Amino acid sequence: MMPALAEERRAPRIVGVEFPFGHAFGMPRDRAMQRRVLELALRVLAGAAGFGTRVDLDVEWPVPIREAYRAWQPKEPSPIVKKMLEARATS
Amino acid sequence: MIVDSYRFLPRTFRPLYEGRGPFPGEEDPVWKPFAKRLSESRIALLTSAGLYLKESQPPFDLDGERARPEWGDPSWRSIPAGAEARELGVAHLHINDADILADPEIALPMRLLEQLAGEGLVGGAVANHVAVMGFQDRALNDWRQTTAPQIAAHLREQGADALVLAPA
Repeated sequence: MMPALAEERRAPRIVGVEFPFGHAFGMPRDRAMQRRVLELALRVLAGAAGFGTRVDLDVEWPVPIREAYRAWQPKEPSPIVKKMLEARATS
Repeated sequence: MIVDSYRFLPRTFRPLYEGRGPFPGEEDPVWKPFAKRLSESRIALLTSAGLYLKESQPPFDLDGERARPEWGDPSWRSIPAGAEARELGVAHLHINDADILADPEIALPMRLLEQLAGEGLVGGAVANHVAVMGFQDRALNDWRQTTAPQIAAHLREQGADALVLAPA
């Protein structure tokens, strides 16, 4: 989901997916989409020629961005986000 | 298609992730060629979605994180490959867990991996996969000293040839 971060953190082999957080392998119950991700990960695992190989999956998330953006987020902010928001409000 | 790594991230969080580079001391490439054939290899999966077995394992320590917002539980859980969705819980304060609870395969595709093994794409799957909770403190000392060595030992015990890491 954040292949640029994986590159910065020096992951040896990377598969990029443009999916919302919590959905590394795709949509619930969409076995075809999940299979595309896992098969690509396995092929990059076995076939990457060298360090830093990155292959991005050409699949668009099938939910409108605004809806998907809201849907992945927890019902209430995580403790660290809450702390950041409180600090921002008081600064 | 080049994936936009920040598409689903709140805009104000982007500077927290972008351009941070490697962790100090981890600048060198880590690389081992995959020598075996995939069809002869046993594969393990790791998810950072905070999965655990509701009946037999404690959830990740969310109360501890609420008390110390910059800390995250660094422990790990061994997840049997045959675990059913109804047996799995999710303990993770940074994502909406509804879709994972409805279909854990989106985080840890154990059934799919077994299917691919049955079809001969991979040689097999480990008996016990791995789950962690992805929010961790920035120093990662517990991870370096305890969690990662324990997971590596577990994977050796399981006879894993490779691990697919799946962030949540």
